Amino acid sequence: MSADAGLVVIGASHAGHQIAVAARQAGYAEPIILLSDEDALPYQRPPLSKAYMMGKVDADGLIFRSREFFQDQDIDLRLGVSVAGIDREAKEVRCADGSVLPYTLLAIATGTRVRPLPVPGAHLDGVHYIRTLSDIDRIMAELEAVQNVVVIGGGFIGLEGAAALRQMGKEVAVVELADRFMARGVGVTVSSFFANHHREQGVDVYLQTGVSELTGEGGKVAGVSLSNGEVLKADLVIAGIGVIANQELAVEAGLDCDDGILVDENARTSDPSIFGAGDVTRFNSRFAPMSLRLESVQNATDQARAAGAAIAGAAKPYDSAPWFWSDQFDLKLQMTGITSGHDKEVMRGEPSAEGFSVFYFKGDTWLGTDTVNRPSDHISSRRLLDMGYALSAEEAADETLALKDVLKQARKAS
Amino acid sequence: MPNVTFKHHDGTEETVSIDNGKSVMLGALTSNIDGIEAECGGSCMCATCHVYVDEAWMDKVPAMQILEEEMLEDTAAERKSNSRLSCQIEMSDALDGLVVTLPETQV
Repeated sequence: MSADAGLVVIGASHAGHQIAVAARQAGYAEPIILLSDEDALPYQRPPLSKAYMMGKVDADGLIFRSREFFQDQDIDLRLGVSVAGIDREAKEVRCADGSVLPYTLLAIATGTRVRPLPVPGAHLDGVHYIRTLSDIDRIMAELEAVQNVVVIGGGFIGLEGAAALRQMGKEVAVVELADRFMARGVGVTVSSFFANHHREQGVDVYLQTGVSELTGEGGKVAGVSLSNGEVLKADLVIAGIGVIANQELAVEAGLDCDDGILVDENARTSDPSIFGAGDVTRFNSRFAPMSLRLESVQNATDQARAAGAAIAGAAKPYDSAPWFWSDQFDLKLQMTGITSGHDKEVMRGEPSAEGFSVFYFKGDTWLGTDTVNRPSDHISSRRLLDMGYALSAEEAADETLALKDVLKQARKAS
Repeated sequence: MPNVTFKHHDGTEETVSIDNGKSVMLGALTSNIDGIEAECGGSCMCATCHVYVDEAWMDKVPAMQILEEEMLEDTAAERKSNSRLSCQIEMSDALDGLVVTLPETQV
């Protein structure tokens, strides 16, 4: 046995596998054990609600890396292993199968789990969530016999699922409790544009509408009772009503947590031997006045790189602007910055599938940008935010001023 | 299955077979080719599957869509006239023998 017990990483999705890879890339030479409680090779989650559900890519097309890659990197990938506890005194991870793994450094990348539907009938067959490969496989196995789909929750995941299923010819309704779609992530202009686009594509949109009950026939879902008294026919229900941080292991181990494991800019928890990255963490950011727990590929990847660098003793703090994306029908929605709390929207272009951008301001301070089918504005915005550039509302509104030229000038000046 | 040759930045080369219909990016990842990150999983969002297409193949690879064109503004390594995102190059028999060079860095 090596004198150094090395690194154990709990979780092998976007953040977990990236921690292991980044630690190696940064020169970490001790043993690495990478644990996944799923049986599949670590895979990409974003295509699950889009290309994978539509059959455009198969499961092989989702993997991050081949098994040989992990072998070549000397990363001991162990699939189907659940962790039961962390003993910080003994520096050991206890697995559900009874095995015990000693560690010198530990990383927690346990992500999130879906929030279960809190209504009667949620246990019925035909009620699904979108989180894991097996979730989608279950949906796909039923699809052929499905005509009517009700999606509960008009957030990114629900709307992507709705768009995919509509494109597959299903009758789709989306039910959202708030008065607009994606309310946590985008402003009112983008919300209403997407609601209209879904309607135009034949999706029934219900806003400010709750779900009181799912009704079944023979143990299988048949209808969704709404707060307005209406009952929607449903052969398949997909719930996308948010996620819960899988922070229990960290809480039980006594790490500081607050709806997420608290980490610093090097992805270190309150225990200097333990790191955390991805959806499960909460951290302070120069891009927001409040601490953040972000559910995104960018956050998982960039924070995991910071963790990997710190693990290798070559700290490279996480300091990049948050960005997100969502594909729905022919629309690519790209978001950068933390724009909640804005008091002004500045437009470039008019809302249409041809492409437009919305710049968000609080007072004179630019917070971030949403773009629809306008990737150039997204990329430039992301880079300008990274640089701390103070874009003015006048610059944002001036269509004759290409944002990439603003970026070029800003780069020259810095 | 058509073959693709990846030229690494250090001058070494690897040739692998990639199924028709799969992207060059995916073929690289599943064949354990180093030097492609593909953070966004082929969503044309991250510009970390950047490759330089060998000049002889430039008129044979599928034409670039506006999204890819704009995302290429954000590559970590220098963008050249033969820069492409490998997630957007779908393999076909017409591309058998394709040669691409990997940039020095993707991030």
